[in-house]
Amino acid sequence: MSTELAKLMPVPTPETQGYWQGCNEGRLLIQRCTACGHHQFYPRLLCTACASSDVAWHEASGNGRVKSFTIIRRAVTEAYADDVPYVVALIELAEGPTMMSNVVGCDVEKVHIGMSVSVRFERRTEEIAVPIFNGNE
Amino acid sequence: MTSSLRGQVAIVGAADTEVGKVAHMSATQLCIDAAQRALADAGIGKDDVDGLVTCNSMAEPHMYHAEAMAEYLQIFPKYCVSAGAGGGTTFAVLYQAAAAIAHGICETVLISMADSLRTGLSREQAMVMQSSSGHPQFETPYGSTVPGYYALIAQAYMHEYGATPEQLASVAVTCRKHACLHPGAQMRDPITVDDVMASRMIADPLRLLDCSLVSDGGAAIVLTSAERAKDFPHQPVYLLGAGEGHGHEHISQAHSLTTSAAKLSGERAYAMAGLTPKDMDLVQVYDCFTPVVLIELEDLGFCGKGEGGAFVAEGHTEIGGSLPMNTHGGLLSHSHPGNPGSMFALTETVTQLRHAAGERQVQGAETALVHAQGGILSSHCSVILGRDA
Repeated sequence: MSTELAKLMPVPTPETQGYWQGCNEGRLLIQRCTACGHHQFYPRLLCTACASSDVAWHEASGNGRVKSFTIIRRAVTEAYADDVPYVVALIELAEGPTMMSNVVGCDVEKVHIGMSVSVRFERRTEEIAVPIFNGNE
Repeated sequence: MTSSLRGQVAIVGAADTEVGKVAHMSATQLCIDAAQRALADAGIGKDDVDGLVTCNSMAEPHMYHAEAMAEYLQIFPKYCVSAGAGGGTTFAVLYQAAAAIAHGICETVLISMADSLRTGLSREQAMVMQSSSGHPQFETPYGSTVPGYYALIAQAYMHEYGATPEQLASVAVTCRKHACLHPGAQMRDPITVDDVMASRMIADPLRLLDCSLVSDGGAAIVLTSAERAKDFPHQPVYLLGAGEGHGHEHISQAHSLTTSAAKLSGERAYAMAGLTPKDMDLVQVYDCFTPVVLIELEDLGFCGKGEGGAFVAEGHTEIGGSLPMNTHGGLLSHSHPGNPGSMFALTETVTQLRHAAGERQVQGAETALVHAQGGILSSHCSVILGRDA
């Protein structure tokens, strides 16, 4: 694959390595504060609710709802051109936090705010799989 | 208790470069051209400048941009800052520079910003560079464009308040109407709501004409103390209020998709000015995409939440209406060279408050609010300007 045609790839850092490793194993890991129980995404050094540094990985159910979405008609780079039209959405996870993702597995015109979705993983390389969501019609 | 900045500093020079497709000039040249025009407007020379503010260029970046521009001009300022970039910071630097003047750090600040997104970058380069404002691990891999990020806001706003695509379109129509009155504007052919609706879908629900332009161009202003301002050739335009608001950086982290930190920046600016939304004779809001205008008009207190669509569609924001907005045509129709984009809203406001806007003059304009935002409805700055200190 030429670099020109590669999709934009996340580069894990020491802070996010656990998350991407989870994705690689098919698990969606968010953080849960051991002190106050708050769930958060993306991974951070501290709990944004109570500032405790006692935050631990927690496997999310992978279920959520579409908080908002768009259908991309003009791809950001050539690497995404074959996917057009594709859905970029904000997914509110059952645990509370919101993440950006793609909604797949259904007609793009059927995606709507409030739609129930569940996680699956799109393998991009041997090390990287990105969490995307199936639209449950 | 510190003294307020209200009325202490004034804009005494303002000018735009040619905008649109300006292939005969690099981004650096546009920045210097804007600077020279603003200095000429203020009736001073480069050696009178002892403070310089610029923002970096995407087409021709410098590691330390303002320093590079000072060197280019061969000026040796006491205050030299490259704005962090992003639409909102364009105005944040304005009141920071005003504070530097008010505290005696320097006397005369030149703020000059330019870029050449249209000719200095390929279409693909411009798209990738702009969409890199997304989070590199948790957003950009999903392939959104900048219109896509804003479409998430548009979709949520329409869902929550029942705004229609036609109401969004009326924002673009209003801006174009005003651009038609501006001899320097990039887009000067009138459009209708039907034209907007017929333009191709870019990222649902945003169509091509809901999106701002990609331009070359720059603009600059000269700022000095209120005391000195009276000695300059034009009517001074005083800084009466300023405020920032920051809600998130990445749209996936926004606490609300439909109410922005413009509410906070506006409240802070009104408080400093001792004025209310009703006191504003015109407003320039950040119109990178049509739905943003509705959210900002609401959050800045010009109409109720969810009423923005009807407010614009009914014509209140046209020149001659109760609250003319984006009187130069805005980012949608005047020009949008990226980070410097809202500088044109600033120079236009100076022109309006000097009562020198010709056929697009808002009659009797005394006070105006100028608002900019950066990121994806992320960082906001509101500035209130007036003819009287």
